Amino acid sequence: MKRSWVFWLPVAVAIAMFATFLVALVRPSDRAIVSQLVGHALPAFEAPAAMPDQPGTNSRDYADGKPRLLNVFASWCGPCVAEIPVLLQLQAMGVEINGVAVHDKPEDLARFFAENGNPYARVGLDQGGRAQIAFGSAGVPETFIIDGKGRVVGQHIGVITEADIPDILAKLKGS
Amino acid sequence: MPQVMLAEFGMAALWVAAALALLQFALGVAVLRQNRDDLARTIAPLAVAQAVLCGLAFLVLMVLFLWSDMSVLLVATNSHSEKPWLYKFAGTWGNHEGSMLLWVSILGVAGATIALFERALRADTKIATLTVQAAIALGFYVFLLFASNPFARIVGVTEGQGLNPLLQDPGLAFHPPTLYIGYVGMSAAFSFAIGALITRDVTPSFARAMRPWILGAWIFLTIGITAGSYWAYYELGWGGWWFWDPVENASLMPWLAATALFHSVTVLATRDALRTWTIMLSCVAFSMSMVGTFLVRSGILTSVHSFAVDPKRGIFILALLTIYIIGALVLFALRVGTISEGKRFEPVSREGLLVINNLLLSVILVVVMVGTLYPLALEAFTGQKISVGAPFFNATTGPLALALVAFMAVGPLLRWRHDEGRAVIRRLAVPLLVSALTMVAVYVFAGKASFLPAMGIVVAAGVAVASVAPLWKRNLARTPLFTWGMVIAHLGCAVSIAGMAADSAFMKEALVPMRVGDTRSIGDFRVTFEDVAQVPGPNYDALQATLRAETSNGDSMVLKPALHRFSTPAMVTNEAAIRTFWNGQLYVVLGDERPGNVWVVRMWWKPFVTLIWLGGIMIAGGGFLSLIGRVRRNVPGGKAKRRLAA
Repeated sequence: MKRSWVFWLPVAVAIAMFATFLVALVRPSDRAIVSQLVGHALPAFEAPAAMPDQPGTNSRDYADGKPRLLNVFASWCGPCVAEIPVLLQLQAMGVEINGVAVHDKPEDLARFFAENGNPYARVGLDQGGRAQIAFGSAGVPETFIIDGKGRVVGQHIGVITEADIPDILAKLKGS
Repeated sequence: MPQVMLAEFGMAALWVAAALALLQFALGVAVLRQNRDDLARTIAPLAVAQAVLCGLAFLVLMVLFLWSDMSVLLVATNSHSEKPWLYKFAGTWGNHEGSMLLWVSILGVAGATIALFERALRADTKIATLTVQAAIALGFYVFLLFASNPFARIVGVTEGQGLNPLLQDPGLAFHPPTLYIGYVGMSAAFSFAIGALITRDVTPSFARAMRPWILGAWIFLTIGITAGSYWAYYELGWGGWWFWDPVENASLMPWLAATALFHSVTVLATRDALRTWTIMLSCVAFSMSMVGTFLVRSGILTSVHSFAVDPKRGIFILALLTIYIIGALVLFALRVGTISEGKRFEPVSREGLLVINNLLLSVILVVVMVGTLYPLALEAFTGQKISVGAPFFNATTGPLALALVAFMAVGPLLRWRHDEGRAVIRRLAVPLLVSALTMVAVYVFAGKASFLPAMGIVVAAGVAVASVAPLWKRNLARTPLFTWGMVIAHLGCAVSIAGMAADSAFMKEALVPMRVGDTRSIGDFRVTFEDVAQVPGPNYDALQATLRAETSNGDSMVLKPALHRFSTPAMVTNEAAIRTFWNGQLYVVLGDERPGNVWVVRMWWKPFVTLIWLGGIMIAGGGFLSLIGRVRRNVPGGKAKRRLAA
């Protein structure tokens, strides 16, 4: 029993782990992807309805001539809460905002909206983070500014604050 | 100017320290392989000299930071002459090169301490241990000297770029060194284990010698994690105390392994069982410490903790990891046949429970590891990005952790080797009853609490009672210190879990737009927004709000949350105002200004949240008592001699 192959398992696990680290290190940095999306069409994605009374959203919703925001968020994400008042303010200014909730549950979202308000015209559920992968977004919250042709004209990583509103409005108007 | 040559002096000290480490390693190998016992006496002095020189290099770097010597590249890129002195001082390790130098310095000090004070270990095992330490240090010296020179000069710079404002916090000045002592302390445990494998000395007496080192490292890890959690809580202003950030996980993983390790080493020391497993765990605990250092230092992760570094360094550290860890695991696989089987025991026994404890800790470790590394692996091989996030970790580790503490409470109530099932149940009657009553109470008073937090409260109540049960009917004055330590640490686990559960079950939270004069209520408090004003700070401008909170029984207090705007580098941080009460904390954060002089204010009432960190302190304190108890027993001329004299 003592000379069993079991004792070589840790070696195999360690080799696999280090090989992964090596690949992750030598791959070109992904931070460049962020800016590459700007100027291109929104990648194809599908986020089915998360709330009973609101439609979900997918990539075909965005080429109807109306510029809007696509906000990637989650009910379990603290900074997302901080962003909601600003989104509500944008909504009040007539900006249409669609939400994609990452790794979320409808009941958690319902509570999240009840506590913080719901600034979204459509809320899609992104189970497994696939839409998030398609957007190349590294975390939540993240917001894309999309023109009437469905092209990404701007990307905001992290919380949107009051100070970002003029810039966002300018990008929406310019598109 | 006196500091003109100082950086060069530090560099020279580092080179000599590296040379001494090489010598220490070579002589150690000669002693062990060619039985050159005449050389054996050179090893310990070499270890001490190496530590002194490396420590000297670190002190030099510290002086360069305090003097704001901008001709040194590292100081210029990480410091600023207008910074308060504490952050200049802490800036020494608030960057890649400096923190790696600190890492090696601590490693050196650990080696010197083994060389000077370790007497319980067999002579050849001690030399093997110091040889392994030298091998580890050597790799990191090479790294510092060739890929990460902290003393490099730069020409023509007169002012520095500053330190990330989030890191400008007194608590944080001491957070990294604490964790590093824990990480590096695990290297001592690892060196012991490899040393014992080399000299085939895996015995209870070896385990007794190794135990204080594991315990010491574990205490520092516990303090580091507790402090890091509190730092994130009050500094980030998000109201949370654990974010499952990869770097937090990188400190949690070695802690889990170390916790398993010192429980299994206790079985080895007391009952001569679990020999192979203990050696294996030593390798795992050290691997996790190294992986932790690697994850933080290689720039492979992006998080609050990210430190931009070039990938060459990451590959260098990775190469070191590969050599040490795979080398150790291969040695383990080859030598495992030479570790003779330990004593056997029955499933219902204290050993049996400790095995369950070890298994549960290992499962949690694997879950955290998978959750942390899986997104990394997926991205590495497919380019896909996913985030695992808190929902995964809470759902998986929560129930496992509750099972773990439940078994933890039972273990000390069992006898070694063999125990009767019925007798055990009788001993557990009181804790079980307490848990049952708590369950009824939770159901009656807080029926709406979700399952896991409710179970957390139920389990914590029973575990708290069971934890102190080992003291039942004992002469408290004659109870050994390490038993006290165990009781306090286990009780600390219950306290901490109670805090986590109470906070997640009963927390109140509100996000409200407020004008001067507005009043809102949160929990038991009525909070009035009184004023907002500009206040100048040492190296930032603050926007400070004044709020008055009143309780239902008429107590009133002033809260001053603020926004700090830093100029170098440009960044805004959120300073939460936190008031602590016996039953929780009131946590207020100032948000953004909206048109019409409206301010967004975020308020939390966090019931019993302080128990989380109080528990952490108790766990570390219990560990400290155990450590003192064990060291006193180990040191010849300690307790035994005093007893004879009496």
